[in-house]
Amino acid sequence: MKNLIYTCFAVLILAACSSNESAKNALPIYGNREPVTKTVNGKTVTDTIYQTIPKFSFIDQYGDSITNKSLDGNIYVADFFFTSCPNICPVMHRNMLKVYNTFNKVGDFKIVSYTIDPKHDSVNVLKQYAEKLGVKDKNWLFLQGKKDETYKLAKGYMVQARENVHDGFFILVDKQKRIRGSYLGTDPAQVDKMIEDIKTLQAEPQQHIAQ
Amino acid sequence: MRAFLVICFFSVAATVLTSCSEQDLEYKRAYTNGSLVYQQHCQNCHGNDGEGLSALIPPLTDSIYYKKNSAQLACLIKNGSSGLMIVGDKAYTDKMPPSGLAPIEISQVLTYIRNSFGNKHGIVSVDEVNKDLEGCN
Repeated sequence: MKNLIYTCFAVLILAACSSNESAKNALPIYGNREPVTKTVNGKTVTDTIYQTIPKFSFIDQYGDSITNKSLDGNIYVADFFFTSCPNICPVMHRNMLKVYNTFNKVGDFKIVSYTIDPKHDSVNVLKQYAEKLGVKDKNWLFLQGKKDETYKLAKGYMVQARENVHDGFFILVDKQKRIRGSYLGTDPAQVDKMIEDIKTLQAEPQQHIAQ
Repeated sequence: MRAFLVICFFSVAATVLTSCSEQDLEYKRAYTNGSLVYQQHCQNCHGNDGEGLSALIPPLTDSIYYKKNSAQLACLIKNGSSGLMIVGDKAYTDKMPPSGLAPIEISQVLTYIRNSFGNKHGIVSVDEVNKDLEGCN
């Protein structure tokens, strides 16, 4: 029995490798996945359900409510930060500004920065921060919500966020809300790679959501 | 007599030369150490090339600002800043945290900053820094 499981794994891994090879430019889909079998038009089909970003409801820098639904139809990049962060945040947002300027006129693309310090980062503080950074539209959203919900949501993006601590990753999310890339936001080379990957994603044919 | 003059000349020349290169060495030492202090304490916010960040963090490229505020720079680095600051015709209002740097490190990082990013000032000595620090608010 054990051997059978190992063989299955080996085959799966090999299959995963070869399918990657066949579509060299396609970006990987991260997270858990599970197969579902359902009946469509009398036929039994098996589909894959991919991990997607969980639901959320936060407030942006203009005081408007933003939910996961507000981002429907957009490719977006998310990160976690706080405005008074003295170490990696300025580096992250200096690099993110490049991403913003590259895609600002393109449409169907957004940047979402969640503050992990909603007590200090009020709507007004976030608005000031955004404006000073040079962001004057809704293509880069600075969101604040309850601390616990923010920390929980971070797990959905497969990153770390807790009291005064967050990592420096930029998470690339496709229109089906699946995670397609993770980049160190403090490294200009990785951010350049992300810019290329966003272009790849924009060129990807639209896929219908499986679930 | 002639031999004496020649010896005199050479000894003077040698003194001048060694003192010159000693100064040069001191500058280079301060500049190199300063670049390390900069990487550790300043670069995240002010950038690799001292470019700052939009209207949030001022750039370090304004030689005129340095000239005008020369005696306040050490205090600024030591104690940080809050409130309005005008750099290169732009207003900045955000806080800079205190650095906790020792006077020697302040002199090194000032030597680095004031001779990088298009600035050319020469060495900022520890004595200068100590004197300026006495006048901090």
